[in-house]
Order: sequence, then C-alpha cells, then structure tokens
Amino acid sequence: MGASRSTKLALYAYAALVVAFLYLPLVSVGFASISRARYLTFPIKKYATKWYGSAFASETVMDLLVVSLRIALIVAAVSMTVGFFGALAFARYNWRYRSLFQKVILLPIFFPQAVLGLALLIWFNALGVIPDWKTAVVAHLVWIAPIATLIIAIRAYSFDPALEEAASDMGASTWQILREITIPLLMPGIISAGLFAFLLSWGNFPLSLFTTGADSTLPEWLYAKVVSGYTPLVPTVGVLTVAGSLLLIGIAFAVFHVFKFASSRSA
Amino acid sequence: MDKANQRFGFLCSLPILVVLGLGFLAPLAVVALYSTMPERVFSLANFPTFEAFRTLVEQSYYKSLLWSLGMAVVATCMLFLLCWPLAYAMAKVFRSFALAITILVVMSLFVSENIRLFGWSLTLMKGGLLEGHARAWFGIGFEGLLYNVPIIVFGLVYVYLPFMLFPLAQGIAMIPDDARQAATDLGASRWQLLIEIDLPLAAPGIAVGSLLTFVLAAGALAESKLLGGQAVIVIADEIETAFTYSQNWPLGSALSVVLIVIIGCLVTYGLARVDLDSIIGRNR
Repeated sequence: MGASRSTKLALYAYAALVVAFLYLPLVSVGFASISRARYLTFPIKKYATKWYGSAFASETVMDLLVVSLRIALIVAAVSMTVGFFGALAFARYNWRYRSLFQKVILLPIFFPQAVLGLALLIWFNALGVIPDWKTAVVAHLVWIAPIATLIIAIRAYSFDPALEEAASDMGASTWQILREITIPLLMPGIISAGLFAFLLSWGNFPLSLFTTGADSTLPEWLYAKVVSGYTPLVPTVGVLTVAGSLLLIGIAFAVFHVFKFASSRSA
Repeated sequence: MDKANQRFGFLCSLPILVVLGLGFLAPLAVVALYSTMPERVFSLANFPTFEAFRTLVEQSYYKSLLWSLGMAVVATCMLFLLCWPLAYAMAKVFRSFALAITILVVMSLFVSENIRLFGWSLTLMKGGLLEGHARAWFGIGFEGLLYNVPIIVFGLVYVYLPFMLFPLAQGIAMIPDDARQAATDLGASRWQLLIEIDLPLAAPGIAVGSLLTFVLAAGALAESKLLGGQAVIVIADEIETAFTYSQNWPLGSALSVVLIVIIGCLVTYGLARVDLDSIIGRNR
C-alpha cells in the first residue's frame, strides 16, 4: 500500500519512540549501577565501578547466579523436547482433537503468572513437596513449554509431510524418519525455542517468587532488595543479569551465522 | 495414512499434556477445592462450607477485583490505540525495519519485568533521572511521579506492550492488500477503510492481543508494588497476602477462583472464535 512519504517518516519516528520507551528504564538502571554514592540521586556526580567489584566478590550473587542458571538450562532442555513433540501435534498431524489441543496449550499463556505461582505453591504443599529450585523448574515449564511449542509449531507448519511419507515408503523406520528428516527440518525452530525458553526462565519473576522456596533466583533477589533493604548492588546485579541475556543472544547469533556460512560454503 | 495421523498426533501431544496436567490443571483443581473449605484450615479433609466466598463479599475484597479489572480495561484500550499504528506499519509499511523492531521488542521481554519496573522508579522518582536532571539543568523541580493509580496503569501499559503489539501486527498482516485497494477504488474514505476493512479483517489479531493484555494485566502484581507503592491493593496482591501473611488459604483460593472464572470465561469465549492455524501458520 502506498503510504505517503511524510506518513512513512512519522511511522519510523513513532517506532523509534516506542523502542526508546521500552529501553529508557534500563538506561536509568545502567547509570545507577555506576554511581559512586551509596544513596542514589540524579544527576550522578561521581562515577565508579566499585559496585561491580563487590557484586563479583559477593557469594550471595554467585549462588543466585548458579540457581538461576541451573533452572534456566533445565527448563530450556525440557521445553525443547516437550515443545518438539507438542509442535508436531499442534501443526503437523491432522488428528481429531487437534483444534482442542491447540487451545489447551494456550491456556497457561493466557493466565496471570503470579496467580499460577500461588496455585502451584498450594498444590506442592498438598503433595507434601517442599519447594526449592526444582519446583521452580516445574512452574517455569508450565508457562514456557507452551511458548516453546508455539515457536516450533511456526516452523512445523511449513513442513512438507511428503518427505516423511517418501522416507517411510523407502523402508525407513519411525525412529529413522524422526532422526533423519523431522528433527533436522525443525532444528531452527527447536534452537530458537530453546533460546527463548532459557531467556524467559532466566528473567522470570512472578513464577519464581512463589515456587523457589528457600532457594532464590536473581530476579527474585532483586525484587526483595527493592521492596525492602535496598543496596547499591541492586542496579549492578540488574545490569549483570541483562548483560548475561545479551551475551547469550550474541553467542547465539554468532553461532547461527558461522553455521550458515559453513553450510553455504559446503553447498 | 489417516490412522497414523490420529495415532502420532495423539502420542506427540502427550508430553506437554502431562506437564500441563500436573502443573496447571491439578493446581487449579486444588485451589478450587480449597476455596470451599472453612476458613483458615490447611487440609482438604473438611466439610465444604463456602464461607470464604461470603467473607470475600462481606469484607469488600471485590473492590480489589474491580480495581484490577478496571485498570486492566484502561491499559488494554490504551495499548490498542498505542500499538495500532506501529503494528500497522510493521505489517504493511516497514520492510526489513519491521524485523529490527521485532528483535528489539522481543529482547526487552528477556529482561526481568521487575528490573524494568525498578528502572522506571529510578526514572520517575524525586531525585530520579527525569526530576533530578530537570532540577539541575532547568531549575524545575517537581514531586516524584510515583505511588498513584495512573502510574500503575502506566506500568501495565509498559510491561504488556509486546503482548498487544505482536498479535495485532499478525492480525493486520492477514488483511489482503487487494481488499483495501478495491475499497479505495470504490471511493471509500480513510475512515470507512478502517471501520469496514481493517478492523473486521484484523479481528483475530485484535481479539488475541486484547485478551492477552487484559488477562495478564488483571492478574498483575509487580506494577502496583514497585511503581504504585500499593496506592490501591490489586487482586493478585490480596491473593498473595491471604496465602502468605494471613495464612488463610481458603480465602486466597476463593479470590483466585473468582479471578480464574472471569478470565476463563473470557479466554474460552475469545479463543473459540479464532482460527489459530491461520494466525500462527501464516507467520513464515
């Protein structure tokens, strides 16, 4: 559709404004993390990186890091597996309850996470399970596995069933078809689902809040410190958490490009 | 082949259904059971009384519910208006730039919502990024902008923007350019184009985006705590208090059940009218 030049310009400006709006609070956190003063006020008078030193030296922060990392890695691995099969049921196979299944998968996404976290807390208690990081993995999965399913399903829609049928006609077993055809074709979707799952779990707060028990994740600790007992480490740890996500995204992009480059050379 | 389709489809659906059965359905069932128990008991082995629901009405807990629902409605309407032009541009005007916007918006989602909300409180507080610089550079000091109802709505709009933007863009991408072209050729005004072509054809995306933002905003907790300073007590806050400090599980469960029923009705009604294959499948 031919939008006029000035309309286009206005739309570009608007888009830039929305993105700036999304990132402005992070700018504040970034500045706060390098302020020297113990009690933060803007404009910042003296800058210092000493809080980063204390954050890296802090055992609490390292413990939080390990717990968050462990939860996110397991959530990513399970989401990729469960999501792979879920996506096939969602998009590939034409089975009787498919449309119902598609809607059931969406329900946890259309559900307030804080309420879900509290419901899980009561459920674990009824089961006699004492909450720790493992129950948080379950909580994260309820929300993240459906998202992973959707991401892989997008890929699975473009899947040509004739490929599997051809392999089957040539005598390949179900397992061979899965390994040689289905998994490689859906691989880009599976990898992005894993990346999403890791990052969403890493940054999740409302589910972790009620389901980690005595353990604590980075976002949870930040929340606790903001609500009561603010320390100058809060913005610093916040920045480090964001930096962790960025690092992972960067690595993922780099690996993706190297992979693409290598496969285009060999083709 | 049809029989194989049935069998594989069913088998592949099992893993995630197990996860959701154990982590979603079962907890909700337990909450529903607890809501019928007498107040302040911790076991399900009591005779159901429903007194928690009476407390809910008598002690005006419904006010929190109304605040939450009201703020969610306002946030959803604002998000629809804010996101429509951008979603439209992403679907129909921007080309490669749309991908850049998508990546930037998705990346913001990976930052924990409480870090971003904490960032807003640093930005808006007295002596924060805005007030501090305004005072130092222009000599205009003002009171901090935090701790009131509008700022909670602002927080909701901020946090849930991507949840409106993407479904909306997806819905607008489903409008065939031919339909708009034909309408323009037949002399439709811009307004007619919007009302008779764009809005009806993008309806699935509008429905999904509005449902998603409304539901998530109605159950939101962090915005009122971090930005609103509990200027009003939202429903999720009441539920948390009942489950934790006051140790009144049946009351917390009753409050949850009311919220879940409202959300459940809306989502079932909305999703039943949307063809997911066409929304998600087109995204390639």
